Amino acid sequence: MGLDRKAVDHVARLARLDLSDAERDRMQAELTNILEHAERIQALDLDGVEPTSHAVPITNAMRPDEVKASLTQVDALANAPAAEDGRFRVPRIIEDAG
Amino acid sequence: MGELHWASATELARSLETNEVSSVEITQSLIDRAAAIEGELQAYLLPTADRALTDAAAADERRAAGKSLSPYDGIPLAYKDLFVTKGITSTSGSKILAGYVPPYDATVVARCSEAGLPLLGKLNMDEFAMGSSGENSGYQITKNPWDFERVPGGSSAGSAALVAAGGAPWSWGTDTGGSIRQPAALCGVVGVKPTYGLVSRYGMIAFASSLDQAGPLTRSVRDAAALLQIAAGHDPMDSTSIDQGAPDLLTGIDGGIAGMRIGLVKEFSTEGTDPGVRTRIEEAYTRLEKLGASLEEVSLPSFEYGISAYYLIAPAECSANLARYDGVRYGLRSDGEDIIKMTSRTRAEGFGTEVKRRIMLGTYALSAGYYDAYYGKAQKVRTLMIRDLANAYSKVDLIACPTSPTTAFKFGEKTADPLSMYLSDIFTVPVNLAGNAGISVPCGLSPDDGLPVGLQLIAKALDERTMFRAAYAFEQDLGFASSDEGRPKL
Amino acid sequence: MTVTQDIYETTVGLEMHVELSTASKMFCGCEVVFGGEPNTRTCPVCLGLPGSLPVANERAVEYTIKIGMALNCQIAEHSLFHRKNYFYPDMPKNYQISQYDLPLCYGGYVDIEGDFGRTRVGITRVHLEEDTGKSIHIGGSGRIADSDYSLEDFNRAGTPLVEIVSEPDIHSAEEARAFVTELRAILEGLGVSDVRMEEGSLRVDANISVRRKGETEHGAKVEVKNMNSVRSVARALEYEERRQRKALESGETLIQETRHFDEKTGATSSMRTKEYAFDYRYFPEPDLVPFEPSAEWVTSIRDSLPESPAQRRARFVDEYSLGESDVGILTASVRTADWFEAAAKAYEGDPKKVVNWIIADLFGLVNEAGIQLHESKIAPEQIAALVRLVDSGAISGKQAKLVLADMFETGDDPAEITKRRGLEQVTDTAAIESVVDEVISENPDAADKVRAGNTGTIGFLVGQVMKKSRGQANPQLVNEVLRTKLTS
Repeated sequence: MGLDRKAVDHVARLARLDLSDAERDRMQAELTNILEHAERIQALDLDGVEPTSHAVPITNAMRPDEVKASLTQVDALANAPAAEDGRFRVPRIIEDAG
Repeated sequence: MGELHWASATELARSLETNEVSSVEITQSLIDRAAAIEGELQAYLLPTADRALTDAAAADERRAAGKSLSPYDGIPLAYKDLFVTKGITSTSGSKILAGYVPPYDATVVARCSEAGLPLLGKLNMDEFAMGSSGENSGYQITKNPWDFERVPGGSSAGSAALVAAGGAPWSWGTDTGGSIRQPAALCGVVGVKPTYGLVSRYGMIAFASSLDQAGPLTRSVRDAAALLQIAAGHDPMDSTSIDQGAPDLLTGIDGGIAGMRIGLVKEFSTEGTDPGVRTRIEEAYTRLEKLGASLEEVSLPSFEYGISAYYLIAPAECSANLARYDGVRYGLRSDGEDIIKMTSRTRAEGFGTEVKRRIMLGTYALSAGYYDAYYGKAQKVRTLMIRDLANAYSKVDLIACPTSPTTAFKFGEKTADPLSMYLSDIFTVPVNLAGNAGISVPCGLSPDDGLPVGLQLIAKALDERTMFRAAYAFEQDLGFASSDEGRPKL
Repeated sequence: MTVTQDIYETTVGLEMHVELSTASKMFCGCEVVFGGEPNTRTCPVCLGLPGSLPVANERAVEYTIKIGMALNCQIAEHSLFHRKNYFYPDMPKNYQISQYDLPLCYGGYVDIEGDFGRTRVGITRVHLEEDTGKSIHIGGSGRIADSDYSLEDFNRAGTPLVEIVSEPDIHSAEEARAFVTELRAILEGLGVSDVRMEEGSLRVDANISVRRKGETEHGAKVEVKNMNSVRSVARALEYEERRQRKALESGETLIQETRHFDEKTGATSSMRTKEYAFDYRYFPEPDLVPFEPSAEWVTSIRDSLPESPAQRRARFVDEYSLGESDVGILTASVRTADWFEAAAKAYEGDPKKVVNWIIADLFGLVNEAGIQLHESKIAPEQIAALVRLVDSGAISGKQAKLVLADMFETGDDPAEITKRRGLEQVTDTAAIESVVDEVISENPDAADKVRAGNTGTIGFLVGQVMKKSRGQANPQLVNEVLRTKLTS
């Protein structure tokens, strides 16, 4: 199952990656290749096998509802590319599907 | 002891205790060593010599007052730049985090600091830990100290190279699919990936959350156990950290392996493994038998699918973990008329090719209509691997195999075809998927190219002690690390 | 006004978000505080800094289970958090840690009284997630569409949020209002949230579709957002019902879309015209482990559940012999009900007397002032004291109304007010007798009529005595004294 160019464009949009045409072409070929290899797992009969999302046998890890010190505003904004009035400033928000 | 910079941490600890040497002297010798070799080696992204000397002076003061923080107080170490260090730039090898200064320390860093270990600096790596050669760093190329035309391995490239070259007795790396063990093998040093959950991931810039683990790179097995012990143990800041205190990894390390049962994996075909690697590995198996272990074949049929499963799971998790790099709160910000353009350009400019590739792969594997076929199935393969291993461990105590199918390859040799790079992880990836512990210990130089070969020992989850005991016995008997042959000529 | 279900039927499903009143955030120890200087309640975790990891707040999990139990849900034996992936600048990680196919609670219901009598509204799920930060949009009207840029504050990011999803079992705007009201009362009673829609600690989104009765296919589902009070929910849905019916009547096709409710105009307008589906790429959160609440923990939470509003209403009918409509008024809010019970207990007599004073008199004062019963200056013990004063005859009912009004203004005790205003009823028989004698001598004809057997005229004489005593004589006593004097 290969990736067509439309799929590459769609995924790049979902992932917020502004890829050049050359990158998209190369990506299409490479991803197709990698997925073909990954598809070997399709050969396995996995009916009735539970998926493992955690390889560690822990459950119920929680913390008590206690307040701890927060960062100061200065520290929170220390690495901000742009800030105004104590807030992070971002360019105009565009709404988009995904 | 010879040159100070070749001493092991264990030896240095003894020398410090007997006042034969001071922490400042040790630290200065490592700074001098780095000055001599870094022109070529390029292991450091950010050396912190002043800080290291300040830390060392404090350690010496404490020792004089009888107030040492630990047996290793004053023995310097360096960190892969994936560990956040408070007030010190941390980039994970990526341009998208150029100049990023974290306001907190990773737990591993905090615990080593509490033990008194001076900070030598931050080390080069494949960007966001994605790579098996170090060539994906956003900044510079680290060279293999055994041959400057060859890769040191990755993603913990700088961690392995620096230790192998005598630039530090020990360093911290991280391992998601082999990123400690493989460079350790290619550079002729010891590298450990602990059981998943043994060491806190808090403060480790995430690549694949269910696979990432921090681990030591050293020139001796004992040093690896010692460094791991300093950091291991439950951390309330990490929900996936095992609810146990720091384990005792050093006791019984020299107990020998008489009677130990060691499994050899039937499905790990020798096809694709260098003949030189095969030779040394076979010799290693013979040595293990000589030391009293019994070898038998174990079958792990699901291991054949390790790479396939790994290259669906790891990219999927990384695609979400790297979504936060959007130019909003920290890191690089490119121009953009609106938020989508700004974020898309930032990520295009800040991420390297391999990172983009994996984000695309991961996003696709999780996307609507594909989850069950890709990510969902890969998680089931994981279950099979855990089962196969559980079966195997009912018959054997450890599993042995090569760490890497090849010795260090040349720069550029595998970059044209990403898949060929991925396949070099074939022996290491299953250990991450199952959550087990694995160690790579040097087993000699390849008769073909004179480059290091690594033997991998894989233990049951939380059975690091068995792994260390076997690796130690092997290492002591082989005598490679302490020999002249065991050091690169630089 | 509710919609007449002639040839059309309305289907509504509601999705509510409840901000929990825990001390700290869902996955870190930052304080949960409403308001405050921007970006002063953040840390590496809720700011999404590289290397940070989430650790779940135990109380938030407990509150979620509590909510599920109060809504008659099953509590999951095995529950997972998932990552919900999408990019937005108020999302520090560009994924939200939420729940997907294994929520903490599922399969419950809430019974309400609405347009169609008693209705059981199914609860599909109750799950736990984290809130986003807050954006403000600069340069235009304050909305995104005409802004130049935006500013982000992450104080709210990471606040624990419970999402409650109802089945599409609601069939009118009025039922929706009844449902939200009942849900608010339940949550308020649990003490898990402030549930103030105006402050955003309770948010309601609705899905509404209208179709012709008999159609098997559902009409286009319209999502309605930005309803900031219970009343807005009713208004918005009423508007939508009318709009959709009109469209169907005129043969227009309705499209699936999201619409924004405008408080001022009472109308909804389209937010997005193209139909789209977000691809959230859900997968289990690898930084958190599964939650399997132990049987002991679940039992102890169940044991700690307070009386539900429904249970309280039933008890009020029983214990205080109250009628349904009185009960409705007294349990409209938890605090009102608490206030009433305190008053009834303080009184220790027939609670009906206290009820009458509250409903007939106090409510009038309270409503006029635009406050809630428990917010007035009058303490429950004080109204009990007032009723006791009337019982003992110290003041008349009429005088008690004056005292109540004064209590409402000053918050003073009724006894104090009575004294201050000199309202004590005269019960001294001798004093009354002397006034009665005066009146009898001043009104000989009326007195004769009473002597002759016309007891009706006694009322006139009583009135005269009351006038002379400036209303302070105890009328019953006056009546008695008159009778005694005139019929012997």
